[in-house]
Amino acid sequence: MDYFLELFIGGLTRGSIYALIALGYTMVYGIIELINFAHGEIYMIGAFTALIVATILTMSGMSGVSVLVLAFLVAVLYSSCYGFTVEKIAYKPLRGASRLSPLISAIGMSIFLQNYVMLAQTSDFLPFPNLLPELPFMEPYAHIMGSTEFIIVTTTAVVMILLTILIKFTKIGKAMRATAQDRNMAMLVGVNVNRVISTTFIIGSALAAVGGVLIASHIGRINFYIGFIAGIKAFTAAVLGGIGSIPGAVLGSLILGWTESFATGYVSSDYEDVFAFALLVLILIFRPSGLLGRSTTQKV
Amino acid sequence: MLELRNVQTYYGNIQALKDVNMILREGEIITLIGANGAGKTTTLMSISGIVPPRSGEILFMNRPLTQLSPDAIVALGLSQVPEGRRIFPNLTVTENLDMGAFLRRDKDGIRKDLEYVFDLFPILAQRRHQPGGTLSGGEQQMLAISRALMARPRLLLMDEPSLGLAPMYVKLIFDIIRKINQENGTPIFLVEQNAHMALRVAHRGYVMENGRITLEGTADSLLHNEDVKRAYIGA
Repeated sequence: MDYFLELFIGGLTRGSIYALIALGYTMVYGIIELINFAHGEIYMIGAFTALIVATILTMSGMSGVSVLVLAFLVAVLYSSCYGFTVEKIAYKPLRGASRLSPLISAIGMSIFLQNYVMLAQTSDFLPFPNLLPELPFMEPYAHIMGSTEFIIVTTTAVVMILLTILIKFTKIGKAMRATAQDRNMAMLVGVNVNRVISTTFIIGSALAAVGGVLIASHIGRINFYIGFIAGIKAFTAAVLGGIGSIPGAVLGSLILGWTESFATGYVSSDYEDVFAFALLVLILIFRPSGLLGRSTTQKV
Repeated sequence: MLELRNVQTYYGNIQALKDVNMILREGEIITLIGANGAGKTTTLMSISGIVPPRSGEILFMNRPLTQLSPDAIVALGLSQVPEGRRIFPNLTVTENLDMGAFLRRDKDGIRKDLEYVFDLFPILAQRRHQPGGTLSGGEQQMLAISRALMARPRLLLMDEPSLGLAPMYVKLIFDIIRKINQENGTPIFLVEQNAHMALRVAHRGYVMENGRITLEGTADSLLHNEDVKRAYIGA
């Protein structure tokens, strides 16, 4: 039973990280129908930023929670700037073009950012300090759920709740939903659609950066390529749940996380991707628009 | 207060509006009638900046609109009831109305206007927590008109508000159009295929064919014009 629980928690942790990234894919897709392939790189840049900030702060004698908080804040801010800029440079000029053009531009941006980080930093794996504190009250449960996992899951839950409040109750949240449902009509009631799109990229990037810092602390090493792999997985999760749907992205991420975790635990870690993608294929056969996706598009 | 001067609008290489000249004065209802594909909706899209004209001028209260973005044009006080209603399907009735007041900051005024539209269309008050997509066609049209009113517009643009509605709703909608104009003095630019009804509420009318204005005059004179009767009224 403990083993099962351990795998369950492991899957929940993975799923949380996937969800933080998948939300960026799904929100951007919901508003401009673009698969932002550079999104994984934003997550990677978040992790690198946190590493640099944490290293500098540690060398200058700081320690503990203040390093964690500052590293988080800078990573979130810096990644948001990247997300904002990527949209302005690579997607906005292609707003009127066919759907293939921004997609190619996104792939180009992804390759560019990977290589930029590789050249500016290194192509080797870098050790990442464990910034997350040990929580004494988690000690009795350590065989099932460690402090790190607990922090990852709770942080993700808090972030999701904040995001839900933002989207459901704030003015910009309403504008985002309206724009996703009917962009021209949103313009006709006075929504500045460019601002909504920028905001979506900023929020998605901030979430990805949170995921980047958390997972880097958990795994303990990063390189320029982590964004690509995590990005593909999170994208899979978003498609699984129904791309464009926010609850769908979270659900898809958790299902993907559990599938991988149980496949690793009960079969072999060699098979984790096989199970994950077999599940994707199965779901897409029976529900082509994903678990919670809209079955018909209402775009005119 | 609204003036179109030699407006030419294109979709790619296809010219949709050819040298359109129109004028709408303070407090007036004008109607633009014409067959499907004549360019009526394009005229409204050009005014609201969704499909900006390639040449010509559009002036609203002596300010040129042609260089402005759609949201800046809304901010000047133009509000639109678009063709096909375009309700946000997954937003509730109240949220749809909130979106109508998107650019306003005066909370009290918004609340007052919300009461006003619920008074105008009591059915919307009953359905206020329902998603807009679950409303019937007539209710959606009421919601679309209410959403436009929530902006407290200086000028209301309406595109085929009677299209696809049951006869009892058609009459209601036209009564409301007249009421909005008379009670608040809001000028209305009404695009319609139902020429007979439109000419009965409007003060003046324009007839459009293939992107060109071919006839204009007072609503009465158009209503009794033989060509208009034959082509658009069918009497």
